[in-house]
Amino acid sequence: MSALNVNHTGNGSPAIEVSSLVCGYGDQTILRDVSFKVARGEIFFIVGGSGCGKSTLLRHLVGLNTPTGGSVRFLGSPFSEADAGTRRAQLRHFGMLFQGGALWSSLTLRQNVALPLEEYTSLKRREIEELSALKLGQVGLGGYEDYYPAEISGGMKKRAGLARALALDPEIVFFDEPSAGLDPVTSRKLDELIVEIRAMFGTTIVVVSHELASIYDIADRVIMLEKQAQGIIAEGSPRALATTSNDPRVKEFLTRGTGKVPLL
Amino acid sequence: MSDNADQPQAHVTVQPGLEGCTVILAGVWRITATPPRWAEYVGEQKPDRLKVEMQAVQRWDSSLLLFLFEVQQWCRAHETQCDLEAVPAKVRTLLGQLVASHETSVPFDRSENFLTSFGLATQDAWKKVREIIAFVGECVISAWRLVRLPHKFRWRDCVDEMQQCGAMALPIVSLISFLVGLIMAYQAAVQLRQFGADIYVADLVGLSVVREMGPMMAAIVLAGRTGAAFAATLGNMKANEEIDALAALGISPVDFLVLPRIVALGLMMPLLALYANCVGIAGGMIVALGVLQIPPAAYWIETQSIIDLSDVNTGLFKALTFGLLIGLAGCLRGLQADRSAAGVGRAATSAVVTAILLIIVSDAFFAVAFNILGL
Repeated sequence: MSALNVNHTGNGSPAIEVSSLVCGYGDQTILRDVSFKVARGEIFFIVGGSGCGKSTLLRHLVGLNTPTGGSVRFLGSPFSEADAGTRRAQLRHFGMLFQGGALWSSLTLRQNVALPLEEYTSLKRREIEELSALKLGQVGLGGYEDYYPAEISGGMKKRAGLARALALDPEIVFFDEPSAGLDPVTSRKLDELIVEIRAMFGTTIVVVSHELASIYDIADRVIMLEKQAQGIIAEGSPRALATTSNDPRVKEFLTRGTGKVPLL
Repeated sequence: MSDNADQPQAHVTVQPGLEGCTVILAGVWRITATPPRWAEYVGEQKPDRLKVEMQAVQRWDSSLLLFLFEVQQWCRAHETQCDLEAVPAKVRTLLGQLVASHETSVPFDRSENFLTSFGLATQDAWKKVREIIAFVGECVISAWRLVRLPHKFRWRDCVDEMQQCGAMALPIVSLISFLVGLIMAYQAAVQLRQFGADIYVADLVGLSVVREMGPMMAAIVLAGRTGAAFAATLGNMKANEEIDALAALGISPVDFLVLPRIVALGLMMPLLALYANCVGIAGGMIVALGVLQIPPAAYWIETQSIIDLSDVNTGLFKALTFGLLIGLAGCLRGLQADRSAAGVGRAATSAVVTAILLIIVSDAFFAVAFNILGL
C-alpha cells in the first residue's frame, strides 16, 4: 500500500528521474546514456527482448548495483549519488518484487511481511501481525499467513513477495518480470492487483517485462531497450508505439513480428 | 523525499461537543513515523458517540488504518457509537479488510502431541533409512555400469573433482598432519625420556601415523572440506531444479553427479593419506631432532624398522573406505536437501556430521577387525 495523496500536494517533481545512466558489470557496459522520467502515480514499463538489460537497469535503479555514470533521482532527491545512509533512508520508500518472489525460506509468509515493519517502524508486535495479515489478505493470501514459502505455489510466492514489497506502504514499487512463470489467469490477476494498488494509493509502479499482454493491458507508458543500441530506442504509450513507430525493431517487438497490434 | 524527522507529523484533536466527541485527524500519516496512540488522546473521556473526520489529512497510509482500528476497538469496548461516515469510502473499505484480517487470522498450530511426534519421527527415520539403502543401491548399480561401460563414465568431471578434493587439499592436509605428528612426538618424548627410551618416539609416531592418524586426519579434513562442498553443490542444484532437469532427460543423477565425485574421492583419499603419513613422520622427526637430539637418519632407520607394508596397507585401505564414505554422505545429503537456502546449509552441516560419524565408527570397526585378523 502506498503513501496515499488524499489531497495531492506533490511538488511536481517526477517520481523517478534518470539522467545519462551508464550500467554494467565490471568493465562490461550493458546500457549507456539512459535517460527517462516517470511521473507520480504512473504505471511505467521497461520492455525489450531477452538480454537487452531490463533487469540490469532495474538493479541499477534501486541501488543493487552502482551505475558507472549518470544519476538517479527519486521524488526529487538524488539517490545514486547520495551517501549510503541517505540511500538506506530512501530505500524504505520503495518496494521491490523480485522475479521468483525472493521470500526468505526460513520464515512464514507473515514473518516475511512483518520483517520490514519490525525493522523500520515502532509498531507493537500485535499491530505488525495484523498489518501483515492485512497485506497478505490484500494480495489474496488470507489464511496462508503461517505457511512457509516451500509450501505454496509459484504464483502465491509472487503475491507474497508483493505483500512484503507493500509492507512499508512504499511510494514506488518495482516489479521484475512479474508474469514470468505464471499462467495467463494468474498473470492477469497480478496485473489487476497492480492497477488496484495504483488506483487505491496513487503508487508509482515500474515494471520490467516482455509480456505483451501485460504491457498493453496496464502500461501507461513504456521505454524499450535494445541490446545492440545499448539503450532506449523508443518511449511512449505501447499502442501508439505499435501503430506509429517507424522503427522496425519497435514494431516487430510490439506486434510480435506480425505488423498488427495484438487483440488483447 | 526526506527522512521522517523532516516530515510533518500526524495530528489528532479530540473536540468534545453536545452529541459526543469529534476526532479530527490531520497532517501526514506515515507508517515509519511514531504512531499516535488513541489512548493518549481520549484519556478518561467516555463519550456516547465518536465522530471521525479526516478532511485535513494530507497523506495517509497503514498507520491511519491502525489508528482508526484502535479507535473502533476502544468504542466497542466502551459501548460508544463510532461514526465513520465522514471518512472516505476507500479508507472504510481498507479498515473493513483490517478488521476481517484481525478476526480471521488465527495462527496455524503446528504443534503435535507426544505420540504423534514420536510416530512422525519414527516414520521419518524409517524413510531416511530406506533412502540411504536406495541411494547406496543406486551407487552400486551405477558403479557396475561404470565397470561395464567405462567410456560412458564422466571422466572429465571426475578429474576436475580429483583436482578439487586432492591437489587443492594438499596445503591444509600438510599443515594438519605435520602438527599432529609434532604433537604426538612431543607427548611421547616427555614420557619416554623418563625411561631413557627416546628413540622409541620414532616407533610410536611412525606406527600411530601410518595405521591411524594419517588416514584419519586426512579424512576429517576432507569431510569438512569436500563432503560439505558436495552437499552444498548438489543441494543448490536441487533447489535450482537442475537435478530434476537431468531426471527429465532420463539421465541418472547418480551416474552424472554422484559417481564421478565418489570415484574421485576414493582415488584421492589413499594418496592423501600416504602424503599425510610422510608429513606426520616429518613432524615427529623435527621434534626428535629439536627436543631429543636424535639425528634424522637414526629416526628414519628406527621408523623403517617398526613399520612394515601391512601397516601401510591397512592405513590405505582405511583411507579408501573413508573416502567412499565421505563421498556417499556428502552426495546423499545434497540430494536430500530441502529446496531452499536454509536446506542447502543444513545439508552441508549434516554431510560433515554424517561423514565424521561414519569415519569414527568404521575406524572402530577396522580396529577390531584387524586385531582379529592379526593385521
